[in-house]
Amino acid sequence: MKAAIVGSGNIGTDLMYKLVRSPVIEPRWMVGIDSSSEGLRRAREAGLETTVEGVDWLLRQDELPDIVFEATSAAVHAANAPRYAEAGIRAVDLTPAAVGPYVVPPVNLGEHREAPNLNLITCGGQATIPMVYAVSRVVPVEYAEIVASVASVSAGPGTRANIDEFTRTTSRGIEAIGGAQRGKAIIVLNPADPPMIMRDTIFCAIPEGAPVDVIADSIDRMAADIASYVPGYRLLSEPQFDPGRVSIFVEIEGAGDFLPAYAGNLDIMTAAATKVGEEIAHAAVDRHVTA
Amino acid sequence: MLRLTDTSLRDGSHHKRHQFTVDDVRSIVGALDEAGVPVIEVAHGDGLGGSSFTYGFSHTPEQELIKTAADTARSAKIAVLMLPGVGVKDDILVAQDNGASICRIATHCTEADISVQHFGLARERGLETVGFLMMSHSRPPEALAKQARIMADAGCQCVYVVDSAGALVLEQVSDRVSALVGELGDDAQVGFHGHENLGLSVANSVAAVRAGAQQIDGSVRGFGAGAGNTPLEAFVGVCDKLGFSTGVDFFKIVDAAEDVVRPVMPEECLLDRMALMMGYAGVYSSFLKHAYTQAARYGVSGAQILVRAGERKLVGGQEDQLIDIALELSREQA
Repeated sequence: MKAAIVGSGNIGTDLMYKLVRSPVIEPRWMVGIDSSSEGLRRAREAGLETTVEGVDWLLRQDELPDIVFEATSAAVHAANAPRYAEAGIRAVDLTPAAVGPYVVPPVNLGEHREAPNLNLITCGGQATIPMVYAVSRVVPVEYAEIVASVASVSAGPGTRANIDEFTRTTSRGIEAIGGAQRGKAIIVLNPADPPMIMRDTIFCAIPEGAPVDVIADSIDRMAADIASYVPGYRLLSEPQFDPGRVSIFVEIEGAGDFLPAYAGNLDIMTAAATKVGEEIAHAAVDRHVTA
Repeated sequence: MLRLTDTSLRDGSHHKRHQFTVDDVRSIVGALDEAGVPVIEVAHGDGLGGSSFTYGFSHTPEQELIKTAADTARSAKIAVLMLPGVGVKDDILVAQDNGASICRIATHCTEADISVQHFGLARERGLETVGFLMMSHSRPPEALAKQARIMADAGCQCVYVVDSAGALVLEQVSDRVSALVGELGDDAQVGFHGHENLGLSVANSVAAVRAGAQQIDGSVRGFGAGAGNTPLEAFVGVCDKLGFSTGVDFFKIVDAAEDVVRPVMPEECLLDRMALMMGYAGVYSSFLKHAYTQAARYGVSGAQILVRAGERKLVGGQEDQLIDIALELSREQA
């Protein structure tokens, strides 16, 4: 499946390395707007065709991508999304635009593999929503709360200017995909040097007398599912049970493709995007076989 | 004239484990207003939206407390605090509807740019704005001044050097305040928010004033996180002696501290071993009660939790990581 990456910043560049390794996705184009972009230089080095003329250039080509991964900004993706749709190109959206449904691979990817546009929520959402779901699939969760701690250097200008977008979008994802009745998200930027590896804490309210073993087992299985596509994802300890709540502590060490290993927050986004892209590719093959 | 802000109904929320009632707010605001305190801050200890597993759930919704404060005060203005990443813009708007007129936005002292959208909104809505550079001890004066510039450019009218860990010592306060005054000039005022963890909050506040600070925070009876904030009544007395005009009646605020505020406090704020650890190791003051909780839960030393929090360079908001530290200590003990 031929792919284009739109956005040549940290995320787009890290994603390129992951897509280059994918057996089913062939990254062919990287689209930027800045000729001095390190990402575009690296993309050329990796054999991709690049442009600084934006999406206009991409859509003018004789051969179009089957799938576009967009790592620009919410406003840019909102403007581009209808054009991709018109050209029949599937879109995986790594911005908070949320034109299409929220997708967290180990929870609901299967439901949306045919959707024209899929949104990856936020990095904190990718890291924590599966854990909320791991609890809510075995006991009712009236309220869930997550705290994402990320290294200051890995939070780009977009995140900083729109930090409310992170908290609001992640909170909605905790409810819509995580299955909690109410969700709350907190993000903390930590400037420690050397930079801290991304950490997340997930608190879920659970009913009195909830089966501790069943919840712990569900959490373990989910951690293994996530680690299958985000190798640096790990539980820091056993889940902690207190009256009325379970607490889950995770750390995400990045693969270090382009961004350093501390930037697990960015790695989990690019890993999830790759996973989503591969699933779409498999679905296309299935369709072809059954047709 | 120096402008004083009492933070007992916000920073004191940590000490009270966020259990303020409408009656507590009514009695404290009434007494402080009567004593002439010009600004009274009311919110969850971790700011708007702070009620949570991570920081502790509020007994009474903070917006109800803010409304009570605004309804009670006759001349004092009501301020609220918000931390971007914890609260959101909507919380500010609701607080304004409930009668708050000053919006204080706090970030870690290297992350001022996450407050830009909130200052913009606050100014657009006609709120007075204050910026908090938390954990100011952790950065040198020039670096702090650059962060203050970001806040001022975003619409902040007074940037505070916030000694969240109570770790600054005298000249370290004056140097930082001077750097901010030099950077901001007429663009914004400079303030100082102290903690008592090394026993210096009043002296540090005097140093801040002498270096050009125009706004000073304190909490009556020291009612705040860690060993408490600058005891406002003591600072008012000191200002009287030094000839700094505050507009606050010393005798009335002393009575308020003793007769009204003390009965609301669960216990006095003490300069004890745990508080000293925070001042000495540079640890965020509101970690104190959480360290006690996790020490009891996991049978480990609270002081060690705090020291390790300092080693890990945790910043305000990372209370969840204290559980991880307690677990780590308990594994090491096993």
